[in-house]
Amino acid sequence: MCCLTESDKITTDVDSLRSEIRDKSVRVIDVRREADYKQDHIPTSVNLPLANLLSDDSPERVLKLVNSMGIDDETPVVVYDDTFGALASRVAWTLEYLGHSDVTLLESTYGHWKSLGLENDSTVPEIQAKEHSLKLQPDILATSDYLETAKSRDDVILIDNRERLNFLEQHIPGAISLPYRTLASNDKILRPKEDMKRLLDNRGVTGNSEIITYCGSVGTLSGLAYYALKSAGLPNAKLYVRSFKEWKNLQKPTEKQEDASYWDLSAE
Amino acid sequence: MTVSDLKQSSPDSVKSKINWGRIEEADNFAKTVKMFRQGKYDEDSFRRFRLQHGAYGTRMTGDYAMVRIKLPAGEVYPDQIEKISQLSEQYSIGSAHFSTRENIQLHWVILEDVSEIFRGLAEVGLTSREACGNSVRNVMCSPLSGVCPDEEFDSTPYALATARFFLRNPMAQNLPRKFKFNFTCCEKHGMVRMVDVGLIPQIRDVDGSPQKGFKIFLGGGLGNKSYVGHQLEDFTPEEDLLYTSIAVVRIFDRLGDRKNLARNRMRYLVNDMGWENFQNLVLKERAIVRATQSVITQLDVDHTPNVIKRPIRISDESGSDSTPDGYARWLKTNTVKQTQADYRSVFLTLEAGDITSSQLSALADIIRNFSSEGKARSGFSQNIALRYVHEDDLPKLYSKLLEAGLAKSGALTMTAPIGCSGTTSCNLALTNSHRLAKEIQRKFLELKLDEDDDLSDSSIKISGCPNSCGQHGIATIGFFGGGGRVGKDMYANYQMSLGGRSDGDTMLGQTIQRVPAKRVIPVILKIIEIFKENKKPDDTLKSWIHRVVNGNEDSQIKSIADIKKILEPLVVPPTIEEDPDFYLDYGSDTSYHTKTGKGECAA
Repeated sequence: MCCLTESDKITTDVDSLRSEIRDKSVRVIDVRREADYKQDHIPTSVNLPLANLLSDDSPERVLKLVNSMGIDDETPVVVYDDTFGALASRVAWTLEYLGHSDVTLLESTYGHWKSLGLENDSTVPEIQAKEHSLKLQPDILATSDYLETAKSRDDVILIDNRERLNFLEQHIPGAISLPYRTLASNDKILRPKEDMKRLLDNRGVTGNSEIITYCGSVGTLSGLAYYALKSAGLPNAKLYVRSFKEWKNLQKPTEKQEDASYWDLSAE
Repeated sequence: MTVSDLKQSSPDSVKSKINWGRIEEADNFAKTVKMFRQGKYDEDSFRRFRLQHGAYGTRMTGDYAMVRIKLPAGEVYPDQIEKISQLSEQYSIGSAHFSTRENIQLHWVILEDVSEIFRGLAEVGLTSREACGNSVRNVMCSPLSGVCPDEEFDSTPYALATARFFLRNPMAQNLPRKFKFNFTCCEKHGMVRMVDVGLIPQIRDVDGSPQKGFKIFLGGGLGNKSYVGHQLEDFTPEEDLLYTSIAVVRIFDRLGDRKNLARNRMRYLVNDMGWENFQNLVLKERAIVRATQSVITQLDVDHTPNVIKRPIRISDESGSDSTPDGYARWLKTNTVKQTQADYRSVFLTLEAGDITSSQLSALADIIRNFSSEGKARSGFSQNIALRYVHEDDLPKLYSKLLEAGLAKSGALTMTAPIGCSGTTSCNLALTNSHRLAKEIQRKFLELKLDEDDDLSDSSIKISGCPNSCGQHGIATIGFFGGGGRVGKDMYANYQMSLGGRSDGDTMLGQTIQRVPAKRVIPVILKIIEIFKENKKPDDTLKSWIHRVVNGNEDSQIKSIADIKKILEPLVVPPTIEEDPDFYLDYGSDTSYHTKTGKGECAA
């Protein structure tokens, strides 16, 4: 398989996944909570709850997890969740960061899969461990230090994927607001490519700029945005994985929209 | 079998017959924003263009806009509500806002995203075109038109036809100022004397056969200076409706003040010229319009009756039949009997017009499942109504509304105040009128004032500045925002007026005194107390205040000066040391100061 087409592919559609499962040519990862997974899941999928991953996402530990899920360098991986693709994105990104190139997101959520009446079961597959290599991809990661210097560069765009009210209240200076809800279309976790391109193009997110995404705390919403950018043909994206929570804890500068009581307009 | 074969068709849903949207306007808007950002458009031309397309400016920033979606005649369909829900989540703050003119507004939208909203709206046949700017704004119609026991005929088709005629019509693209039509059902439920053109449907006996037509009022309106409209003639037959509308728009276009932005609504023209002169001019112009049409122009009025079909809900059989708590209170304060037997119209209580995206989405389903006409109508007071709900379905509807957090009582009473957007998003606002309206509602519902029959026909309306978007001038108790000062310390302060009304006895409220924001609630409660002490058995607060402001009250309260005297001790500002909270406006934890930007109504 050519690497170009491989890296172009961001999501796997439902029909392809079903045939890959029949061919036994794919490793499916369900990132929902263990209790949900045990109830039912996509056949042959293994469970890696996001919380489990986040409890220690050091490369060494992630490598062990990947090995135990029977994934080697050549194994195609498809990740899904029931949280509009955000949790799945965070897991997929982690695999990518580890050096796994063939990882995609299921195009819709598990809830949607079930609403279509597609097959699911509660069988936990027996997995034979494999050996994955460790080739970290620091290019797709932004740290706070990196961000601090990068954000003043003209060719860097910083995107905040939290909800609009949170953005108005406080954000990293210079960031633009692109709430995660904007990225999806009706029953897909990401818009069609042309739609996504138009949206981003309107917002000036184009060309060869380096784009850094962040969200509230652990890089889920911004993980989805990372894949949204790639799906629109913008490969030069980085995830600020520790996101705004770390930024605030480090007491780095923030910005807000002044002189307006926008929260009072909310019906929440 | 592929997935597409498995997709279920969506449940039965009534759709709008009229497509107000144009997808090409979305592309055009996106292009124009880019050119503006590149400096190829000057600020003024861009602002005119933006407003013409329904995107209003936002408080203290050029990066955000408010998109005002028009609901002509107030009609809105389930698929449209679902789309607005989605758009509010994607491009706004996860809430949408029902206005007082049957628009739904999305606030804090990034200017570059506005075109995406237009695209979404066009998919469901909606538009925001000419919702702002110097154009014919949304054509309103009473939410009870077609179901009101007091109406002579349903004016909804005429409101829709008028909206269709003027939307994108070259004659209405560059008026001296905005221009508004309100259709109603009857005297009681409309606002026909507080608008440029107000219309009440009438049936006359002409040579032994009934003839449809309208009572037309011209030159009214609320604003920095408000005026009550004048009736054009005894009766305007329906075939003259369009000619009259065109004549009035043409006169305004020709003679309206294009220089003095503060005085360019048609009501100023009428006032300056004198009503009789204006009236003559309209009648002459109408004769010319009628005589010079090359073909006979008539409004394209669709008289196809709505299909009324009680929805079948399969899931109904499950669950208990017990009626949830609060049902009787809700039934009393939120529903009205229709002229059609066995049906009611149900009004939802919102907080100053705000509704979350998930509530909108729930509402779309509720409309499908409970309204026998399959659509909803927005009202005049930041709310929305489901009509043709069968009496037997009301308890079940109430349960569903409870689940969605939409079952609050008091929609048709004084406990549902109007509050314009105020400092939450408007450039001109001086106070947070929006939050104040919510605070009053929460307090008054807690006190169960919605159940008090003496208060139900009164109203509270609040504007964040003198410009009347909150319609304070026609409220029983009205407020408009400003700043007060003790030494160097400022506080949010409201001018209060009493006795305004918009029915057959339309009059503007009389200003009584300034009331600090943090004293508004105790002051209203005190007014209620004074009323209770002095009322006659049949009095409502509204009728009692009406007598007081007109000098016809014979109790110890003879005039508003007497009320003022009693209230005076309540409005004295404490020092900042005594009560620091007094110096903060609602919703703010920093010291109060007035700050405004440029208004755009006049752009």
